[in-house]
Amino acid sequence: MTDLVQLLVAGLATGAIYALVAVGFTLLWQTSQTINFAQGEFVMLPAFFVLAAMKFGGASFPVALLLGLVASLLILGVLFKKLLVDPMIRHGVLPLVISTIALALFLKEGVKEFYAADAQPFPALWATTNISIAGAVIALQNLIIIGVAIAAIAALQWFLAATRTGRSMQATAQNPLLARILGIRVERMILYTFLINAGLVALASVLISPIYLAKFSNGETLGLVAFIAAIVGGFNQVRGAIVGGLLLGVLDNLVAAYVSTQYRGAIPLFLLIAVILFRPQGLLGRIEERSV
Amino acid sequence: MTRARRLSGAIAALAVCAALVAAPFGLKPYGIYLLSLWAVMTIAAMGLNLTLGYAGQISLAQAAFVGIGAYTAAILTTQGWPFALAFVLSAALCFAIGWLLGYPALRVQHHYLAFVTLAFTTLVFLVLRNEEWLTGGIYGISGIPRPDVLGWSTGAPRDYYLFCLGMLGLVTLATGWLVRSPWGRAFMALRENPIRAASLGVDTRRYTLIAFALGAALGGIAGALYAPLVQFIDPTPFALGLSLNLLLMVLVGGSGFFFGPFLGALVSVLLPEWLRFTEGLYLLIYAAFVMALMAFCPSGLLGIAERLFRPAAKTDDAPATPAGKAAR
Repeated sequence: MTDLVQLLVAGLATGAIYALVAVGFTLLWQTSQTINFAQGEFVMLPAFFVLAAMKFGGASFPVALLLGLVASLLILGVLFKKLLVDPMIRHGVLPLVISTIALALFLKEGVKEFYAADAQPFPALWATTNISIAGAVIALQNLIIIGVAIAAIAALQWFLAATRTGRSMQATAQNPLLARILGIRVERMILYTFLINAGLVALASVLISPIYLAKFSNGETLGLVAFIAAIVGGFNQVRGAIVGGLLLGVLDNLVAAYVSTQYRGAIPLFLLIAVILFRPQGLLGRIEERSV
Repeated sequence: MTRARRLSGAIAALAVCAALVAAPFGLKPYGIYLLSLWAVMTIAAMGLNLTLGYAGQISLAQAAFVGIGAYTAAILTTQGWPFALAFVLSAALCFAIGWLLGYPALRVQHHYLAFVTLAFTTLVFLVLRNEEWLTGGIYGISGIPRPDVLGWSTGAPRDYYLFCLGMLGLVTLATGWLVRSPWGRAFMALRENPIRAASLGVDTRRYTLIAFALGAALGGIAGALYAPLVQFIDPTPFALGLSLNLLLMVLVGGSGFFFGPFLGALVSVLLPEWLRFTEGLYLLIYAAFVMALMAFCPSGLLGIAERLFRPAAKTDDAPATPAGKAAR
C-alpha cells in the first residue's frame, strides 16, 4: 500500500510535467495548426539558458532563472513563430512538421556542440528532503512539482476563461475568421499562445532538470510522451492534455513497477492506438469537424 | 512530351546509369558503402513516396518495415535459407503487415494517421529490442551473409553495390510501370480528392490498403538489402529517427515526384558526409538547410527544378505542391 502511494505520487509528479508540456503543445495546435515535433527539445533548452547565464554571465541562480525565462520567451516564443511557423504555415501541415523535426535536430546538435555533450547538474529550487506520510516516504520535490504545475495550469485556465485577452484567444482558436471580423487581433492572439507555450516549457524545464539532469538528448522521449498525452486526452482540449499527462505519468510508474520495465515504453503507445481508433477525439475531447 | 524531349530524357537517364555503374571504381570502401546505402534508402523512400506522395496517406511507419524486412532476411539467411527466398518472404511479410496497418488509415486521416504509424514504429522497435530469443535484442544479429546471384558472389563491397543498384533499377521500373497504370492513377485520385474518386467508382478502401501494403513491401525490400550490406544489425537504426529521415527524404526530394526519393536520399545520405569537414557542425548545417528548403520551397528540390524549367506551372495551386495537398 505504501509502495502504491509512493508510486502514485512519483507518477503524478512526472505526469504533471508531461501535462505542462502537453498543454503548450495543444495550445499551439489549436490556434495555429502547428504540430511542434521539437516540443521535447523546447523543454531541454531553457535549462541550458539558465546554466549558460550562470556560467558565462556570472549571474546568480535567481537572476539566471529570470534570464532563462526571457530567453525562452524570445527564442522559443517570438523567434520560433516569426522565423519558422509564419513563412511555412500557408503551405500546409506537412512541411512545417518536417521543419520542426529539423529544428529539433538543430537545437540538440547546437547544445551538444556549443555547451556540453554530457549531462549537467542543475541546481534544485528547494531542499531535496523526503517527508513521511503514514509510512510512505515521499520526496518533497515531487509534491512541489505537483503544486507548481497545478498552480500554473489553474492560472492559465483562469486567464483563458476570465480575462478579455484569454477569451479573445479562445475565439481565435475556434474561428479565426469570425474572430477577425469581430475586431480581435488574431495575429497577436496567436503570438500570445506561442509565448504561453514558451513559458510552459521553460517552467517544465526548470522543474524536471534537477531530477533528470540537463542533457542535450533529454527532449527525445519527453516530446513523444507529451505528444501522446495531448492526443490521449483530447487534442482540442486543454483539460484533456492535463488528464492525458497525469494518466501517462502514473501508468508509466505503475507499469514499470508491477508489469514489465522492458515494455513500459509500449503502454503509452497502446493507449494512443486504442484512443485514436476508438475515440479519436480523445478521452475528454469534443468531436470537431474534420475527416476522421 | 515531344520526341526531342523524350530522347534527351533517355540520354540523360543513360548517362546517370553509366555514372552510377562506374562510380565505385574510383572510390574507397566507405564511399562504396555510402552509395550502396543510398540505393537501399532510395528504395525505402520510393515506397513511402507511393504511400504519401501518390496516395496521400502520411506514414511514419516506413522505418518499421525496413526493420522487419532486415530482421526477416537476417534471421532466415543466418539459419542457412537461400537469400532469394528470404528476400521474397521479407517483401511478402511487409506487404501483409502494411495491409493490416492500412485499416487504421481507413478510419483516421492526416496527423492522426501520422500518430498511429509513429506508435507502430516505436512498438516494432521495442519488440526488436526486447524479444531476445528471436532478434538477439540489443546484441543484434551478426554474420549476415551476402548472396550469390546466379553464381556471381556479391561478397566484395563493389559487387554488392552493383547488386543493390540492379535491384534499385528493377524496383524503379516496376514502380514506374505502377504509377502509370490505372492503379497509380487511382492513387493520385485518392490523394487529390477522395470523395470525387469514390464517386467516380474508385474503390478507395481497397486502394488505400494497397497503397499502404505496396509502400511497406518496398520498405521490406530495402530492409532485406540493408541487412547483408551492413552484415550486422541491431534495433537502433530502425527507430523513429529513420522514419522521420525517410519522410524527410521524400519531402526534400519532392513528394509525389517520381524521382524525388532519389534526390532526397542523396541529400540525406551524402550531404551529412560531405559536410564532415565542418566536424561537429555538419548536423547543424544539415538541419538549417532542411528548414530553409521547407520555408522557401515546400515542394522539394524537384519542385524548384519544375519552377525553373516550367515557369507556366509556377502558381501555388499547380500540381507542383502535392505535399501541401497531401497534408490538407
